[in-house]
Amino acid sequence: MEYLSIVFQEVYKILFLLVPVLVSVAMIVWLDRRVWAFVQKRQGPNVVGPFGLLQSLADALKYIFKEIIIPSSSNKVIFILAPIVTMTLALIAWAVIPFSATQVLADINVGILYLFAVSSLGVYGIIMGGWASNSKYPFLGAIRSAAQMVSYEVSIGVIIINVLLCVGSLNLNDIVIAQQNMWFVIPLFPMFVIFFISALAETNRPPFDLPEAEAELVAGYQTEYSGMMYAMFWLGEYANILLMCAMGAILFLGGWMSPIDVYPFTLVPGAIWLILKILLLFILFALVKAIVPRYRYDQLMRLGWKVFLPLSLTWVVLTASYLFYFNLLPVN
Amino acid sequence: MIAHAIFFYTFSIIAVVSAIMVTASKNTVHSVFFLILDFISISCLFIMIGAEFLGMIMLIVYVGAVAVLFLFVVMMLNVAQQKNQWFTGQATSKHIPVGLIISTLIFFEIIIVIGGWKYKPEIFDINNSLASTSVSNTHSLGQVLYTDYIHVFQISGMILLVAMVGAIVLTFRQRSGVKKQSYIKQISRERAEGVEVLEVQSNKGVKIDD
Repeated sequence: MEYLSIVFQEVYKILFLLVPVLVSVAMIVWLDRRVWAFVQKRQGPNVVGPFGLLQSLADALKYIFKEIIIPSSSNKVIFILAPIVTMTLALIAWAVIPFSATQVLADINVGILYLFAVSSLGVYGIIMGGWASNSKYPFLGAIRSAAQMVSYEVSIGVIIINVLLCVGSLNLNDIVIAQQNMWFVIPLFPMFVIFFISALAETNRPPFDLPEAEAELVAGYQTEYSGMMYAMFWLGEYANILLMCAMGAILFLGGWMSPIDVYPFTLVPGAIWLILKILLLFILFALVKAIVPRYRYDQLMRLGWKVFLPLSLTWVVLTASYLFYFNLLPVN
Repeated sequence: MIAHAIFFYTFSIIAVVSAIMVTASKNTVHSVFFLILDFISISCLFIMIGAEFLGMIMLIVYVGAVAVLFLFVVMMLNVAQQKNQWFTGQATSKHIPVGLIISTLIFFEIIIVIGGWKYKPEIFDINNSLASTSVSNTHSLGQVLYTDYIHVFQISGMILLVAMVGAIVLTFRQRSGVKKQSYIKQISRERAEGVEVLEVQSNKGVKIDD
């Protein structure tokens, strides 16, 4: 009985985390479209609800009532599994995100590795969807996205090493607390820029949305999907984008810390600061989508392997030598 | 404790069954997906015994990178048909003897390791050297790897580098007649190179070279 009550407590906590995440995913889709529209001097979704806030809800309802079509020549089990995998992976990563020093679902020692592992697993949803559809465009999209995500993960991993050198711990709360005096965005600014661009590529956002480049591949890996299964891909994608923003906020922008350590600011709970930072990064994501045209595929690969990887590796050597020379290495 | 046992048996049963399914499933892509499931459940087992760093690295390296490349190769090559032929007995593989030799070797290695652990437990007393120091196992791993075993560690890194360079050299071929787009050239084009303004006389037309 005692065991059951512990389980219920955990389930309650998980729901308390996941429901806000899902709602904010719906809101973030609306925000994305709105920002995109304003950059292009349009109105964007503004009909359903105040300022069109309920647009995503209406879309979700529409998807629920649409028929799910499973192509007859597809590999059915994997075809159905693919959106589930995408969405699950996008949601389980939120378990380690700290909203304040104590408000974290799982305060594990290797938090940042867990985040990195889950985001690198995200590629499977896309490959599975693309392969199981058994048609040309989804397969090409899946192959493209797999190559793209694997390439940019390498530079994200190296950037994480940069931050870890300054922190000396893999725990996400330790990473946040290490930025008490100075956010890592200041000493590691070039790394922040590279992280941001790699995050765009990792989440298949424009200008790196080649897996679903509509001019070439119809809709890439999600061509054959319809109804709620398509919506799940879509939700998973946006949850992943939010996650990358949260990762950027934690690694470089001080996570749940208030920007200035003065009285009225420290009263605001850490969760609010984290959400504000995530929103800031997300608006940057949305602006990039509106401003920058799509990359060519060979340029994308060149950028990942020939520019970002050497740059971030050099920066690791630089950071390590600096910390070693001035005896600043975090030793405990 | 009972929850621990339940999780342990769940993960280990999934691991064993998916390992069997890797070889037993007819579809090669399914085999790779079972391999991935196997990797994931093994890393769950690692996390359960407290080796969280190892479990996460297993997920990142094997599932996040190596298995993706496996999937690539299996999806692109037409190995499915060949595997089907083995199943129906139309063709026999020449690799079976080699595979048998390697698997017997691995089997004996496992027997030696398990036997040594059973009869001389003090040799394998890793618990004392690592877990008792009350630091996280990432720290303790680093302290062992970069002090006592630094040379072995560096040598294994060099071997991996050599293997990588070797693989690239073996598959590299310089193709002639391929049109390449040079980034620098494209950006640094001036107007004078690309555009020429001509006076066109009526009914004469313009002769454009090349």
